[in-house]
Order: sequence, then C-alpha cells, then structure tokens
Amino acid sequence: MIELEGLTKRYGEKVAVDNLTFTVRPGIVTGFLGPNGAGKSTTMRMMLGLDRPTAGDVRIDGKHYDRLKDPLTYIGALLDAKAVHGGRSAYNHLLCLAQSNGIPKSRVAEVLDTVGLTAVAKKKAKGFSLGMGQRLGIAGALLGDPRILMFDEPVNGLDPEGIHWIRNLMKSLAAQGRTVFVSSHLMSEMALTADHLVVIGQGRLLADTSMADFIDRNSRSYVRVRTPQRERLLDVLHQAGVTVVEAGSGALEVDGGKAEQIGELAAQHQIVLHELSPQQASLEEAFMQLTAESVEYHAHTDTPVDQPRPWGEGWNRS
Amino acid sequence: MSTPQPPMPQAAVPDWQGGTAGSPYGGYTSPIPVVRTHLGHAIASEWTKIRSVRSTMWTLGVFLVLVVGIGLLVAALVEANASEGSLAGDNPLSFGVFGLLLGSICIITLGVLTTASEYGTGMIRTTMTACPSRSRVLAAKAIVFFAVAFSVTFVSVLLVALADVSILSGARSPSTQEWLKGTLGISLYVALLGLISLVLGSVIRHSAGAITIMIGLVLAPLVLALFMFTESLSGLRDALFNYSIPSQMSVFYTTSLTNDGPTGWDPLWIALGVTAAAFAGAVSLLQKRDV
Repeated sequence: MIELEGLTKRYGEKVAVDNLTFTVRPGIVTGFLGPNGAGKSTTMRMMLGLDRPTAGDVRIDGKHYDRLKDPLTYIGALLDAKAVHGGRSAYNHLLCLAQSNGIPKSRVAEVLDTVGLTAVAKKKAKGFSLGMGQRLGIAGALLGDPRILMFDEPVNGLDPEGIHWIRNLMKSLAAQGRTVFVSSHLMSEMALTADHLVVIGQGRLLADTSMADFIDRNSRSYVRVRTPQRERLLDVLHQAGVTVVEAGSGALEVDGGKAEQIGELAAQHQIVLHELSPQQASLEEAFMQLTAESVEYHAHTDTPVDQPRPWGEGWNRS
Repeated sequence: MSTPQPPMPQAAVPDWQGGTAGSPYGGYTSPIPVVRTHLGHAIASEWTKIRSVRSTMWTLGVFLVLVVGIGLLVAALVEANASEGSLAGDNPLSFGVFGLLLGSICIITLGVLTTASEYGTGMIRTTMTACPSRSRVLAAKAIVFFAVAFSVTFVSVLLVALADVSILSGARSPSTQEWLKGTLGISLYVALLGLISLVLGSVIRHSAGAITIMIGLVLAPLVLALFMFTESLSGLRDALFNYSIPSQMSVFYTTSLTNDGPTGWDPLWIALGVTAAAFAGAVSLLQKRDV
C-alpha cells in the first residue's frame, strides 16, 4: 500500500507535482496515467525517496521510504531501463543489489530466469537492447520478491511479445496480492492491464477511480448506422424522438441509443441497414478529453484554446 | 544457505497467505527472510560494484605499471650514473616518489569514478533505491575504495622500496621511521587523496569535471608558484610550493627540506582533516539534494 498525502514538488517557480493525494491498494494493478511531463516520474521518484517533496508526504505501508530497513523486499521499482552501469554484467548488477539488501544470492539466478536473461547473464549491460535493458530493470524490481511493485513506462521499447509478457506479469503479481503501480502515457495500454486508474495532468490529480467507472463516466457510447435509405431512416428516427448525428462517409451516429431499438424501428419500416453497431468511444479519447480540460484551464488566459499541437506530439496516442 | 524457493511471479503461489500473516496492510507476504540491513550489506554491495567494472582494473593496472615501472627504472638509472659516495646521504626510498606522483592520478581517477560514474549512468537511482540511507552509501563506497586504494598502493610502494634498497648499494640504510613514512605513510596519503576525489565526485556528479578539478588541485599550486617571480609574492609562492600536493608527498621521504611548510607526518594529518571536512560536506549535500 502506498499512501500519498498532499504531495507537492516545486522546481523554483514551476510546480511539477501539485498537492497529490491518493492511495495505491494491494491486490490490483493501479494505472498511473498522464501525458508526457505530467509529473508521473517525479511522483514516483518521491515515492522512492529519491526526490524530496516540497510539501506533503508519501508512506509505504505506513513508513517513509528511507525508514525501510530492507527496501527491496518492500518495494521493487523499475524507474528507467538504463539506470544501470553499462560496464557491469547483468549478473553482477543484480548481485550488488541483492547484497545491499541481504537477499540470498540464489535469487539472482531466479529473477534472471524469470525475465529470460539467463543466457546473457554474464554479458555487459551496455550491449543490451532497450527491451533487454527493460527486462533487467524488471529483474531488479522482482529481486526482493517485494509486496509492492512500481513500473515507470514498462512497455517502452518492448516488442509485442515483451509487451504481452509484461501485461501478464503485472496481472499475476497483483493476483498474488501485491500492490502494482504502473505508469503510462498510453490509455490503451492501461485499459488492458489496470483495474484502477489515477490520472494526473500538469501535476494535479484529475481522476482516481476504478477502470470501469472511468470508462462509464468518460467515454461516449453510441450506435453507428449505415443505410442506403438515409432520408427514410432519419425521418423514422426523428419521429421516434431519437437524436441523430451525421458522421462522415454516409454513416449516422445515434448517441446513447440502443442498437436493438434502432434495428426494430428499421425493421418495422422495412429499411435496409448495412451496418448497425454499438460503439464505445476509445479510452484514449476519454483520456485526452480529461487531460485536455486541464490544459484548457491554463490556456484561457493568454492562448487560444484550439491552438495547434506542437509537431510530433500525439504520436504515441493514436 | 538454504532458503525456501520463492515463487516465480507467473506461477501459481501455493504459499500465499492472503494477507493474513505479517503486514497489517495486507497483500503479499514473501517467503524471503526479512533482513535488517546495515553498513556491512552496503559494503558487500560496493565491493561487488568496484570489482565488476573494467575501469577499476584499468586504473589500478596503469597505477601498478607507473609506480613499479618508473620506480625500478629510476633506481636503475640512479645506480648506473652514481659515482663513488655520491648517494651516501640519500634515503633510498625517496626515489619511489616519481612513479607515485604520476600513479596518484590513477587513484584520483578511480576515486572520482567510484561515485561520479553512477550519476553518469543513472545507476545512482538504483543504488539509492536499494539503500535509502545516503550517508551509508557514501560511507560504504569510501571504505571499500580506501581499502582497495591503500592495499594496492602499499604493495606497489613496498615493492619499489625493497628494490630501491637492494639496487642502490651506495645509499644509507633508512631508519625505521623512514621505512614507516616511505611505505605506510605515503600509501595512506595517496589513498586519502583518492578518497577526497571520491567525495568530490559525489559533489560534482560528473566524472570528467571532478577528475579535472582534482588534477588541477594537485598541479596548479606548483605551476602557479613557478611563475611568481616578484619578491612581493614570495610569501604566497612559498606557501603554494610547500603545501602543493607533490611537495607534501616528498615530505614522506625527507627528514627536513625547509624550515617552514609541513614536516614529518604533517601531510597525512592535513589530508585527513581535509577528507573529513569534505566528507561531512558531501553527506550534508547528499541529504539535501535530489538524487
């Protein structure tokens, strides 16, 4: 369990993390979501006692991180894949970590096996690919068999097989009763792994809810309809008091509508349908809607709300 | 050491107690025995770190070549060119200083790398996560580095000293005090020089920067003093000269060169004082700054 209370970090004038209060509970995967630069990594560094908070408090199972006597068996963290001395072999890297916490040497071989790096255990870390570096970082996090696991953007640089592996790993870790806290800027990734969501934007807490609630609250559900008899269907739907939005390429979208109702109406009036599909706006959209509001809030003063995005932004969000 | 096999994370976990045992916060309980860590763990970890990177072998290898190689070379040269009785008053150990002067740069480099390289690679975040007591990390690094630097220096200095005494037949035999100063004393001094570099590396957090500063510190006073021709600066010149690190190193081989400046074991006490002050400063900075 990780408890944050009014956690704040300022760098001079800039507020990186602004009064965050939330709890990360055991037994589930908690996703920590925010666009790049939202303060996710800073928050995680403060949780690990690397950065000192300007104000507020973080407690790991009720204790401050620097009061933990054997921190690696409490909490395993993957901060960034390359927090490793490149000249050291994977085995020695894990060995020095194990020794610093009195973890039996046998664990090193075990975690190397778990992450699939046994074959390259004696190789220098600088020759590792991004994915292998990520696996080595995960091995370090698992070393103490900790109750809490924290991963900062774990799928970065992993191939599809690796992504699949880490998703299952996080789920199984949570299923064992551990606290799993994972950050990402990809909503789609979170949707597949997280049970609970904490969303921040510009250092502020935007949402702290279960995944299901988040979906219900933030996404729009609608029914998409395609028909060669467009005008007739529009008439019929109007008569039935259903609002229709015209979408591009000849499709119609019925907000909050029920596919059954529309299908039955069409059948009654003998209208041919080419498509009748319930749609849920993607979580990515819901997430962008949520974080956009936090951007808007700041933009009112001097810049127009609808300013174009900087070049390259949003590559990762499609 | 037989420990129960911890579960593979993917595997089913038969010994999961469902949060009933141990923590009031519930959740997973690991079969790995809980250990209250102390300085010994940090030292073991730092020992693994220092022996598992190539830069350690390189700097110490070059150090050995420089100290022993130049030491033997100088002894052979001096013996070959010495006329009858010209070495009579000389302490034979003093010819070891040349190799050691150059070699100390290797010790300085290794000292800086022990701390600063972790900042360069990002390893420091892993280290500080594994051991949240920042002063313990620095202390462990200091102890391991000092032990390594001192033993390597002592062995190579002793080797050169024994060679000097046996090669230089014309020189007098050194007194016990001179033996102590010329081997133990100078080795402690060089290791302390390395320790100051280690502490500086932790403050500067940048390998090249810290090494440059340390080499500057060793050489600059002597070079500056060399160009102070004016009489009005003579006081400063003498101080710079007497307290420059190469001069202080030579103090370990001479009974008395000048009336002012450090004599006897003074350089060691000065280095010890500077190291202690620098260490205290570095610890308080470590506590204040973000990693």
